[in-house]
Amino acid sequence: MEEIFISTFARSLAFGTILLWGALGAVLSERSGVVNLGMEGMMILGALAGFAVMQTSGNALLAIAAAALVGALAAGLHAFVSITLKANQFVSGLALTMLGLGLSGVLGKRFEGLPLFTQLENISVPGLSSIPILGKAVFTDQNPLTYAGILVGILLWVVLFKTRVGIQIRSIGENPAAADALGVNVVLTRYVCTMLGGALAGIGGAFLSVAYRPSWTEGMTGGLGWVAVSIAIFAAWNPLGAIGGALFFGGLYHLQFRLQESINPALLKMMPYLSVILALALGALRRKSRGTAPAALGLPYQRGQR
Amino acid sequence: MKIVLEPRPTPPISWLLMLSAASIFVALLVLGVVFLVAGLNPFSAYATLASRTLGDWDGWSRVIQRAIPLVLIGVGLVLAFRAQFFNIGAEGQLLVGAVAGSAVALFLPSLGFLTIPIMFLAGFIAGAIWGFIPAILKLKLEVNEVITTLMLNYVAATLIEYLITGPWKGQNQVGFSYTDDFPAAARLPLLGSSYIHIPTLLLGLILAVFVAVVLSRTRLGFRMRILGESIATARYVGINAVSTTLWVVMFSAGAAGLAGVGEVAGIHGKLLEPGQISLGYGYTAIIVAWLARGSPIAAIFTALFLGISFAAGDVMKVSLQLPANTTNIFNGTVLMLLIATEPLVKFRVKLEQVKLVKDAR
Repeated sequence: MEEIFISTFARSLAFGTILLWGALGAVLSERSGVVNLGMEGMMILGALAGFAVMQTSGNALLAIAAAALVGALAAGLHAFVSITLKANQFVSGLALTMLGLGLSGVLGKRFEGLPLFTQLENISVPGLSSIPILGKAVFTDQNPLTYAGILVGILLWVVLFKTRVGIQIRSIGENPAAADALGVNVVLTRYVCTMLGGALAGIGGAFLSVAYRPSWTEGMTGGLGWVAVSIAIFAAWNPLGAIGGALFFGGLYHLQFRLQESINPALLKMMPYLSVILALALGALRRKSRGTAPAALGLPYQRGQR
Repeated sequence: MKIVLEPRPTPPISWLLMLSAASIFVALLVLGVVFLVAGLNPFSAYATLASRTLGDWDGWSRVIQRAIPLVLIGVGLVLAFRAQFFNIGAEGQLLVGAVAGSAVALFLPSLGFLTIPIMFLAGFIAGAIWGFIPAILKLKLEVNEVITTLMLNYVAATLIEYLITGPWKGQNQVGFSYTDDFPAAARLPLLGSSYIHIPTLLLGLILAVFVAVVLSRTRLGFRMRILGESIATARYVGINAVSTTLWVVMFSAGAAGLAGVGEVAGIHGKLLEPGQISLGYGYTAIIVAWLARGSPIAAIFTALFLGISFAAGDVMKVSLQLPANTTNIFNGTVLMLLIATEPLVKFRVKLEQVKLVKDAR
C-alpha cells in the first residue's frame, strides 16, 4: 500500500513538472497584471527548441537555455502587443498559441522521429533521498528539472512575498497607477515578468521533449499549456499553491496510465479537463469571500488614464 | 514633430478594409518566409495553393464546403464577442452538436422527413447547453470564459472518443472507431458530386441575415449594442446584462452545434474521431468573427476567405508535404495583426508640427 502511494506520488510529481514550470510562468506574468494565454504556444516552441539543441549538441544545459530563450522571445511578442500596443491580451495569447503550434509544426518536421543520443538523466539527491517516505516520494530518481522546478517555485514565492521587488511586481498587478506614482517602472516590470514567465514555460516544454518523453512530435504538448494557465488561477497566483496544483493534475494524468485497464481511456483523458473547470468554479466560490486575483489583471496601463 | 492620437468614434469602412487587407498581406509574407525555411520556393508554393483552391470548380467546392461551418460559427461568435464574451469553445459546441445529431440519427425510430430538422434542433440545443456552462460560470462566479470554454472543447472531444470506442461503437465497423452509418433519411442532400451540404449552407446564410436584422431593428439588438459598448451603461439604462449575455452566448453556441450536425450528416454520415469531424473550425471562426468586425453579413465573406485557408491547408498537406498545422501560422499572424492594429481603428494618428522657437539672439 505504502509502496503504491509513494510511486504514485513520485510519478505524479514527474508528470506535474511540465505543468509546474508553465504554471509558475503564468503566476509571475499575471502577478504583474499581464494574462498570457499563449502558454501552450510558448511551451511547444520551448519543447522544439530544447529538443533541436539537445539533438544536435547533446548538451542539456544548452538545450534548456535555448528553450528558455525561445519562450522568452515568444512572450516578448505578446508583451509588445499587449503592453505597448495595449491590445486585447486574451486574443493576443490565443494568437500566440496558434503561431507556436504552426511554427513548431513546420520547423520541427525534420526532427520528427529522431532519437536523442544523450538524455537528461534522472538523479537521486544524496542524503535527502534516505529520509523515510519523503525521500522515496520526492528525492529519488527524479529529473534535475523537477528539483529545479520546486526550487524555482519556492524562490518565486520568496521573491513575490518577502522582497521589495516582489511588492513592486504585485502592486503593479493590483494598481499600476499607484505603483507608477511611487516611481516603479510599470512597463519595464511587466515586460520583464512576462518574458521571464515565457522562459519558464519554455523550460517546461523542454522538460517534456528532452527528459519526460525524449522525442519530438507535432503538437506534443496537447493542451497542457492551458492546464498550466488554469493551475495559476486555481492556486490563487501563489507559487507554492502552483506546486500543489501541478502535483494534483500530474496525478490525474498519471492515473490515466494506472487505470486504463479497468476504465475506458477516453473517460480518463477527460478527467483533467473536467477537473480544471471544477477547480476554477470552486476556486471562484472561495475567492468570492477573499478576493485574491490581481485587480488590474488583463488591463493595459495608460499613464494619466483611469 | 509630435505624434498625436486623436479618438475616432466611427472609422470609415474603407479604412477598416485597408487594415484587414494589410494584415492578411503581412501574414502571407510571414508564411512565405516559412515556406522558404522549409525549403520551398514561396512563389511556386503560392501558385500551387491558388490553382488548387481557386483554379477550378473542384477547388471552389472544397472552399465552400469548409466555409459552411465557418459561417454558422462565425455569425454566432460575432454575437458573443459583441456581448464581450470570448467564446473560444465553438470547437466543443460543434462537437456536442454532432453528438446530439448522431444520437437522433442512430437511435430514434425513423422520423421520415422530420429526421433532419430534429437532428439540427438537437444539435442546436446540445451546443447551447455546452455554452450555458461557461456563461453561467462567468456571469455568476466571474470564472474566466476563455479557459472554461477551451477546457470544454477537450471534454467534448474526449466524450466523442469515449462514445465511438465504447457504447456507440458500430456493430459493423470491425477495427475502426466510429459508429454505424446513419440511415438515408439522416443524410443531407449534397450539391452535385461535391461535399457542399445544401441545408447547412442555407441555414448559415439565413442565420447571418436573421442576426443582422435582429441587431439593427429589434429591441434585443439595441440592448446588445449597448451591452457591447459598456456594461455599466447597460445596467444604468435598466438592461439585465446577465440574462441578455446568457441568451446571446447560448444562441452563439447553438449555432456552432448546427455546424456540427452539418458535418456529420452532410459529409461523414457517422460519428467519428473528433479530429476528423472538425479540423479546428471553432478556432478559425474566431478570426472569421474578428475580421467581420461585428457584422454578421460580413462574416459570410470572411468565412469564405478562411475557407480558402482551410482548403489551402489540405493542399499543403498533400502537394507540399507540409503539416496541416501550417495554416495556424497564417491564422495566428492575421489574428495578432488584427488586434495589434486596433489602435489605428480607434484613433487617428496625426503628426503635429511643433513650432520651434528659433534661437533668440
